[in-house]
Amino acid sequence: MSGLQQSFKNMMDWVDARLPVTETYEKHLSKYYAPKNFNFWYFFGVLSVVVLVNQLLTGIWLTMSYVPSAEGAFASVEYIMRDVEYGWMLRYMHSTGASAFFLVVYLHMFRGLAYGSYQKPRELIWILGMLIYVALMAEGFFGYLLPWGNMSFWAGQVIVSLAGAIPFVGEALATWVRGDFNISGITLNRFFALHVVLIPLVLIVLVFLHILALHEVGSNNPDGVDIKKNLDENGKPLDSIPFHPNYTIGHDLPAIVGFLFLFCIVMFYYPDGGGYLIEHPNYEPANPLKTPDLIAPVWYYTPFYSMLRAATFPLFGLDAKFWGLVVMAGAIALPVVLPWLDKSPVKSIRYKGWGSKIFLTLFVVSFFILGYLGVQHPTPVRTLVAQLCTAIYFGYFLLMPWYTSVEKTKPVPERVTMP
Amino acid sequence: MNEDSVNTGRRNFLIGATTVVGSAGVVGLAVPFVGSWNPSARALAAGAPVKVDISKLSTGEILGPIPAWRDKPIFVIKRSDAMLEQLNSMNDRLADPESQREQQPGYAQNGTRSIKPDVLVLVGLCTHLSCSPKFRPAIQPEVFDEEWIGGFFCPCHGSKFDLAGRVYAGVPAPSNLEVPPHFYESDSVIVIGEDEGTA
Amino acid sequence: MNVDMKQILIAVLIFLPAFAVASGGETPIPLDDMEPNLEDQASLQRGAKTYLNYCMGCHSLKYQRYQRTAVDLGIPVDLMMEHMVFESSAQIGSLMGNTMSVDNAKQWFGSVPPDLTLYTMLKGGPEYLYTYMRVFYEDKTRPLGVNNLLYENVAMPHPLVELQGLQRKVCKQIPRLADHGVEMRDPLTGDLIMGEQCGGDLIQRGFSPLELVEGTGSLTPEEYDQLIYDLANFLHYTADPSRLERERIGIYVLLFLAFFFVFTWLLGREYTKEQH
Repeated sequence: MSGLQQSFKNMMDWVDARLPVTETYEKHLSKYYAPKNFNFWYFFGVLSVVVLVNQLLTGIWLTMSYVPSAEGAFASVEYIMRDVEYGWMLRYMHSTGASAFFLVVYLHMFRGLAYGSYQKPRELIWILGMLIYVALMAEGFFGYLLPWGNMSFWAGQVIVSLAGAIPFVGEALATWVRGDFNISGITLNRFFALHVVLIPLVLIVLVFLHILALHEVGSNNPDGVDIKKNLDENGKPLDSIPFHPNYTIGHDLPAIVGFLFLFCIVMFYYPDGGGYLIEHPNYEPANPLKTPDLIAPVWYYTPFYSMLRAATFPLFGLDAKFWGLVVMAGAIALPVVLPWLDKSPVKSIRYKGWGSKIFLTLFVVSFFILGYLGVQHPTPVRTLVAQLCTAIYFGYFLLMPWYTSVEKTKPVPERVTMP
Repeated sequence: MNEDSVNTGRRNFLIGATTVVGSAGVVGLAVPFVGSWNPSARALAAGAPVKVDISKLSTGEILGPIPAWRDKPIFVIKRSDAMLEQLNSMNDRLADPESQREQQPGYAQNGTRSIKPDVLVLVGLCTHLSCSPKFRPAIQPEVFDEEWIGGFFCPCHGSKFDLAGRVYAGVPAPSNLEVPPHFYESDSVIVIGEDEGTA
Repeated sequence: MNVDMKQILIAVLIFLPAFAVASGGETPIPLDDMEPNLEDQASLQRGAKTYLNYCMGCHSLKYQRYQRTAVDLGIPVDLMMEHMVFESSAQIGSLMGNTMSVDNAKQWFGSVPPDLTLYTMLKGGPEYLYTYMRVFYEDKTRPLGVNNLLYENVAMPHPLVELQGLQRKVCKQIPRLADHGVEMRDPLTGDLIMGEQCGGDLIQRGFSPLELVEGTGSLTPEEYDQLIYDLANFLHYTADPSRLERERIGIYVLLFLAFFFVFTWLLGREYTKEQH
């Protein structure tokens, strides 16, 4: 061992006796044995972390120049865009990052659905992930009010009014959330605190727990094969490779660079996404007297917005508005219990039967259609389609105990298959 | 065996090369974060040169502190002949009588530390810890100095400066009061914050 | 209060399409094409001059600074201060506000002229403004004597009427269409059969319902169109002054990432060779 290596070892021994650095490094990186058959769908966890770091860094930097008051917010965003050196870059990194976050997270969730990553013993990872998703939706909602543009104001108005749909307590709840009788600077100020401090802390803790829970049981893989069933003489799974450096440098580093390339194309050349990433009405300040032609949430909420609008008739003496809220909340809450809905003996879609394949396909297609409908004006035909797609969305989950029990599955191999 | 060592060489080269290129990328990424801390266009606009009209300033009087240039308080003093006569009579008590430390632009590095002998332009911040020194022009013995020939006295820690803003030896302040860049647009208008001829 | 909010929300959510048509009178005539060019400094300078001379009196550009405009458009600072800055207290670093007070504006026009810094982005591009400024016409029923094809019953006067001249809404003789959309012709002479059409029917057929009264404008129609192009171009600039810089930096970033990708891909292969 060279002199330098010995010095390094001595230093690490000193640190390790006081803080388990090497042990942690080995447990979670160099000796975390992951299945060797990860494919494209396994990039999105790492990419989510990359985008999270981007949002945290650019967000903190924006906070240095942003003014969280009704009088100053809109002008402060223009101050950032024009007067602060490279302010426009920080702003666009943050706004593009918000959309990138949801894109990457949706693809990450899809992987979970396809490969049964939520099944035992990974139920808690899935639940933590769903909590991260809900926290992310809240983070995006609070953040969207901050520019105090006209769409910010009206989107805030509509969504907080949803709380008003709850019988008996609704109105009081909506007022309590707003801190005022209408969305105002008071609401802005508190949403700022939630967006910049509370939810980021919650997200960081949840992500930490999510990864910890994963490493406790080990990763799933595209075949859904349990790699721990076949160990070598040292107890290491035969079908595994160390996460670092084989996945970190071998796969994830180039994937991150490739992702950044695509991210930068959008950020530098289409930052407002043709009105879908930064919506046109937001180029004028909030105006309680002027409603935009079409109040639509940003694209990543549109599937749920469609479901909200699809509820058009009252039931059991309660308004359609209330049922819309129930449907929307249900659509977000239902996936949490997915691990208990899936009765299949098999994890991965590769070996599940026709029932699962058809329903998963229908689920994805209807999710896209609902998303598209969310940015359109509602018409009777569109509302019918939205209702049908909402039914399919719920059907995927609620019928799962049935179709996963009755379908004929294919035999799962003993060892993983390589692409 | 040979193949392995070639691979290790190649691998090490790639690790090194990727690290170098990656580091360049990290530096590039840092540019907007670091750059955004520079004074913004708003700060630069607020820090723009300011015009001061001295046509109404009478002899022996001080104009200021004018909270004008870059949020720094500015003093403009029209010194009387009596003040100017006494000005260089105590130079042995001053720490930097020749104004050798760069606390003034070149055109103010003279016996009166000014462009015109009678008009003095100073940044009104004590060079110790930035308190605002008091203007004490009267040539008479003072509590803080029996041989006072007029100048500035800083109440915070007792630093003393003469009527050219030069610091006395043996006080907490280490250097003469700063003379900001300035020029005369006309006989009665001083532009503070810029040297003559700068765009 | 509670009941009002619920009603407003239901109305908004369900009757949105109705709102879109009934609001403010923004009539749907097709927008004319307009290709902005931020690298044409001469055009931007002309546009800035038009704006400062004719529009700034009512419409502020309160997010844009004179200095930035001067630098980006290649105008020397002293020329800018002398010829283009009319606010007495403004310095080169000042924001381009204006002097019309909100109360005066409400009294004179009924509504406050909006700030226009971000206007072209608000309208999804410069085409709206380009069209809008060219479709004012005489309307004696309006308090200010003019109306606008794109924005019905607009509260704005036509500040450039002396340049464009006065337009009037006219009916025109255009070829009549048969039921199946084919132009009708005289069976004997083969000539087109004309018929009179007005207003929206003309627009539908692709004709302008406006006619310029000869001699009322100091510019020819082509000159006026160029003036409005320059004006829209200038406002396209003010909406996003860092656009050119952003696109330029973007090229370098993408090139760097492509270059870096090669290294990471080759390095990555080192660690994946063993797997396959």
